Amino acid sequence: MRYRSVLDMVGNTPLVEISELSPKPGVRLYAKLEGQNPTGSVKDRIAKFMIEAAEREGRLQPGQTILEPTSGNTGIALALVGRLKGYPVKVVMPDAVSPERTELLQAFGAEIIYSPGDLGTNGSVALAREVAAQHPDWFMPFQYENPQNPSAHYYTTAPEILADLPEVTHFVAGLGTGGTLTGTGRRLKEERPGVRIIAAAPHPGDQVQGLRSLEEGYIPPVLDESVLDGRIVVDSATSFRVTRELTQRTGIFAGISGGAVVRAAQRLAERIEEGHVVCLLADGGWKYLSSHLWTTDYATIEEDVADKLWW
Amino acid sequence: MPVKVLVTSVIQKVVDNQRAFTSEGRTIGELISNIDSRYPGFREQLADEQGVLHRFVNIYLNDEDIRYLKGADTELTDGDEVSILPALAGGA
Repeated sequence: MRYRSVLDMVGNTPLVEISELSPKPGVRLYAKLEGQNPTGSVKDRIAKFMIEAAEREGRLQPGQTILEPTSGNTGIALALVGRLKGYPVKVVMPDAVSPERTELLQAFGAEIIYSPGDLGTNGSVALAREVAAQHPDWFMPFQYENPQNPSAHYYTTAPEILADLPEVTHFVAGLGTGGTLTGTGRRLKEERPGVRIIAAAPHPGDQVQGLRSLEEGYIPPVLDESVLDGRIVVDSATSFRVTRELTQRTGIFAGISGGAVVRAAQRLAERIEEGHVVCLLADGGWKYLSSHLWTTDYATIEEDVADKLWW
Repeated sequence: MPVKVLVTSVIQKVVDNQRAFTSEGRTIGELISNIDSRYPGFREQLADEQGVLHRFVNIYLNDEDIRYLKGADTELTDGDEVSILPALAGGA
C-alpha cells in the first residue's frame, strides 16, 4: 500500500479474530489492533482530528505551541502530528510512566513537563491547566473535553468496524478519556440498534491514595455515560495476566490495557450465549517491555508495578 | 448474605481505617444501610439524601458497575465482593 504521508496511515487498523480466548463457542471475539497506527496507538486518530479541526477553525496558527496532559500515548501522537505540521509540542505527563514513553516523546522532539506520579492523570490535567493559564498563547487540544476526540472515532473507528464485521453485537474498549467508547459507541448504535457498549475500567489501586476526597474525582466531559451498557473494573494483576495470554495464545503483542479489555469481553461472554464482540486494543506492547511483563512472574514484579500508571 | 466490602482511602476514614470488612444485605441498598448503622456517616460519603449515588463514586459488585445492573436494588449472593471506588481520569 502506498501513502503520500505518514499522517495518511492513521486508522484502517486490522480486525483479527481471537475466539480462542472466548469462554463460549457461540461468542466470537475480535481484536482491533490500534497498535498498528503510526506511533503505535489509537491516539493517532484523535491527535490528527483535534489538530486538523483547530487548523480549519483558525484556533491553531502556524508555529503555535501545543500543550497537552497525557499519560503518554496522546502526547506521542501529538508529537508526531506537531513535528510534521510545524508545531512545537509540550506534554504534561505523570513521572511514574514507563521509560519508553519518555524516549518516544523525545524521539519526536516533544518537551516533557512532569506531574506528580501519585496523582496519576488527574495530576497531569491539573498541572496542564495551570501551565495553560500562564501561557494563553499556547494551544491545548485537551482530549478530555475536545469533541473532536469522540468525533475521530465516530467518523473512523466505528465505520471500519461496521465494514469489517457487519454482524457486530458488542464493543469493548478501555475507559481513558471516554472518547473511544463515546464516539464509536454512538455510531455503532445509530447503525446497529441493539449493539451493546462495555467499558473496561482500570482499578485505580494505589493511585487513589493521593485523593483527599471523592469530590476530587473526575469524569471527562467527552465521556457520554448514556452510551455505555456496562462497566467492568479490571485490576493490574488480571490485566497483566490476560495481556500475556493474548501474546502466547493469539500472537497479539498488545499493551496492558489490551489485557483489561479482553478480560472485560470474557466476563461479558460468560453472560451471553452468542455474539460478535469487538475488543479495541489501544496500543502495542512495545512501550511496556521495561515492565518485564512477558518474561517475569507477576508475583515477582508486583512491587515494581504497583505504583506505576499502566494505562 | 455475608459479603466482603472493599473501600479506598477516602472512605476508609469512616470505617475505622479498614481496607476490607464483612457486612450483610440482600441488596446493595440494604448493604449500605447496614454499614451505615455500624459506621454512621458512611452513606453520606456515597450518596445524597435521596439515595442517588454521587457522580464520582462507582460501586462494583464483583467487577461490574451496579449503575448498569439494578443500582441499589442489585441483589447480592453469599461470598460476593463489593468494591467502592472513586472515578478518576483514565490514562490517555
